[in-house]
Formats: sequence, C-alpha cells, structure tokens
Amino acid sequence: MSVVIPVAIVGGLALFFGVGLSFASRVFAVKVDDRVEKVRELLPGANCGACGFSGCDGLAEAIVNDGVSPSKCTVNTKEGINAIAEFLGIDEGEVSQMVARVICEGTWRNAGMKYDYQGVHDCHAANMLSGGMSQCFYGCIGLGSCQHACPFGAIEAVNGLARVNPEKCTGCGICASQCPKGIIKLVPVLTGYTVLCANHEKGGIAKKNCKVCCIGCMKCQKVCPNDAITVREYLAEIDYTKCVNCGKCAEVCPQSCIHDAMHERLPYEPDDQQQVANAQ
Amino acid sequence: MKELFAILLLAMFIENFVLSKFLGICPFLGVSQKTSTALGMSGAVVFVNTLASAVTWLVNEFLLKPYDLEYLQTIAFILVIAALVQFVEIVLKKLLPPLYKALGIYLPLITTNCAVLGSALLNVQRNYTFLQAVFFGFSAGLGFTMALILFSGIRERLETCDIPEAFKGMPITLIAASLVSVAFVGFAGLVIQ
Repeated sequence: MSVVIPVAIVGGLALFFGVGLSFASRVFAVKVDDRVEKVRELLPGANCGACGFSGCDGLAEAIVNDGVSPSKCTVNTKEGINAIAEFLGIDEGEVSQMVARVICEGTWRNAGMKYDYQGVHDCHAANMLSGGMSQCFYGCIGLGSCQHACPFGAIEAVNGLARVNPEKCTGCGICASQCPKGIIKLVPVLTGYTVLCANHEKGGIAKKNCKVCCIGCMKCQKVCPNDAITVREYLAEIDYTKCVNCGKCAEVCPQSCIHDAMHERLPYEPDDQQQVANAQ
Repeated sequence: MKELFAILLLAMFIENFVLSKFLGICPFLGVSQKTSTALGMSGAVVFVNTLASAVTWLVNEFLLKPYDLEYLQTIAFILVIAALVQFVEIVLKKLLPPLYKALGIYLPLITTNCAVLGSALLNVQRNYTFLQAVFFGFSAGLGFTMALILFSGIRERLETCDIPEAFKGMPITLIAASLVSVAFVGFAGLVIQ
C-alpha cells in the first residue's frame, strides 16, 4: 500500500503536466508560416550574419514576410537563390556572386618591416602602433584578423600577408569589415585580373617601401583596349564592368602587381620568415 | 530584509553556483565565448531559476512533505522543471515574442541545467521559507550571470592572445576557469550571521 501513494503522486504530476502542456500548446498555439521553414532549408545554414539579419532563420523570415531579396545571402549559390525565388514566385533580381580579395602582395619579403612587433596577435592592435609594422602604410599587416573572422576558413595569413582561397570564399564580406586597412575588396567572382596594391603614394616613395607596389606609371591604362583601367592618385583601378580579362595590363606592368587572381594562386614563400630573421 | 541580503551574498559570492559549487559548468563553458550569448543564457537562467524555485518549493511543501516522500525530491523536481520550462516557452512564444526571441535557444537548453535543479534541492535542504527560496533562486541566477559574464570577458581576451599550440581552445579555457574559481575561494571565508 505504501508504494501506491508515491507512484500516484509522481504519476499524477506527470499526467497533470502532460495534459497541461498539450492544453497550453493548443491555447497558445502560434501560427508559423511553413514557407519560412522551406526557405530556411534552401539557405546555406552557415549563420554567418553577412546578410545583416540574426542568421539564416532571420533572413528566411525576412524573405517571406518583408519581401527581402533572397540574393541578400551572399553565401548561397546562384542555383540556391534561384530555387528560393522560384519557390516564392518572385523575381530574384540581379544575382552576382562575389569573392573577397586581399589587394596587397606585401609579404615580409616584398615590403620590409618598420619595427619588430611583439604585441597582441591582432591587426587592429598592430595598426595602432604607427599603422602596423609593415613599411607600407597601406598594405596588409598580416596578423590575420580576417583569418579569425572568416567563418569558412577561407583566409590564411602567412608571412605577413593574408590570402583568400577563392574555392572556399563565399563572398560574405565579414573579412572586409574586419580589416583595419580596408584592403579586402569584394569583386565579382568571374573577374580575374586585379591590381594587387592599395598604395596611393607617389611611385618613388611607394617603391622604397615595397617591391611589388603600383607606381602609377599609367602603362596599363594606355594598353587597356576597353578603357577599363584608370590611374587615380598613383594607383591603378580596374572597372570590372568593362574588363574583359584580356591580360594585357598584367603583361606591361613593370612592377608585376597586376595578377590573374582567379587562376594563378600566388605561391607561398616558405623562406620569408627565415630571411626576415637573418636581416635583423 | 537583512536575511534576504545575506541570501543574496551567499548565493552570488560565497556559494557561487558555477565557481564554488560547480553546477551548470556545461553552459558556463559552452556559451561563454561571447558576452552577448552569455547575457542571453544568463537572462534565461535567472528567469527559470526564480520560477523553478517557487514551483518546486510549493510541490515539496504541499505534495511531498505531507506524505513523507522527501526521497522523491530529485525525480519530482526534474519533472517539474522540465514541464515548467516547456510551459514557459509556449507561453512566451505567444505572449512575449521579443523576450522569446531574446532568450532563443537557451530556454529549452535550461531544462537540463543542473544549476536549476541544484537551487531547487538546496532550497529544500536548508528549509527556506517560500520568499527565501524564491530569492535564493533569483540570486543564484544572478551569481551564474556574474560568473558567465566575467568569464566571457576573459575568453574574448584570450582569443587575441598568443597561446602555445597545445593549450589552444578548451585547455586554456579550463585553466582560466580554474583560476577564476580559485579567486572565488577567497569568498569562502565570509561568514554571515
């Protein structure tokens, strides 16, 4: 008999809670738009936040309820965006996939060091000490703040220069917002030739600081058949809406700082660190 | 009033749930990477801990005690807490969507948080009155908040430190946690009359 009471009480409690919960879920039921769930499944699910919403759930809700374009998600493939647009019966708008590119080639070998930095391993911290230890004020500091920020592991900072792996990069742009120098640019994924320099100093001064800088010689501007290149403040810029990837600019560049960044992966220089150590 | 203040000090510092009693270590290590997520989790814990303390006290006083069933406390409290969290989630979703969104995933996670069960059981062991029990639950939640926010600050700093390869990630986190815990041992000498 003594068993009955505890069993009854615990069982009763459980029964009470069970009935209460099922009752509550009826009374307080919230209508969920099942389209949100479907759209959520079509999104990549990286929850990177590059779209400006709280994550993939937030974006899915905004796409369905507030008419936000599915192309807001830069991580999604073109097919994925089209699938969402098709599912909702809307026009997806201009879809252009982007890829991040570090427009600098200033490894420790190319651009020397101003001083020996021993502080916190973070570009923002180094940037506070007279703009980083690289001799070039505009160039990559190379401590990898972008690498830490990248949710896809697409960036590697080696030998004083961050490099983006275009196969892993989804163009979310988080790295670009993290770079204290602002030298990570989002470019359309199909562009190849890129001016890999951000230095606006006069040719002579820039050349002292870095071996592979743009000196503003205008050669590329003259040779470009489509007028896609303009040199402004001693730095060449390519207009990607006009560029046809002919590669003539790269051929004439005396500093060889224009590269087909899509096809040729820049070689790593394993001996850089050793050289810097020897030089000191 | 004085009594309640003593409970606040006791639950927050002398017997900090995370750092002295080692309850709720899982969320302490899991969601302390960013201060923002730490705040979300802490908010949910304070909320649920306070509610659960009240309900479990009532269950103990009016269901278990009259029949001498104190040995059933653990299982009964787990039942009560799980059902309560579920109920709160359903109600919040309907009536307070902003709060529901702010607490997010952390609310259902708390179902299995031993800090909540711990405070319910401690309330009973110490023969607190209803008001004391509720306040103890609330202060324990505050203590959890304090530990989580303190530690998330440390972890955010650790991210930018140059840590030896072998210690990166969880090892250095555990070492840091033990150091914070050692610091809280200093409060153990406080005796409140």
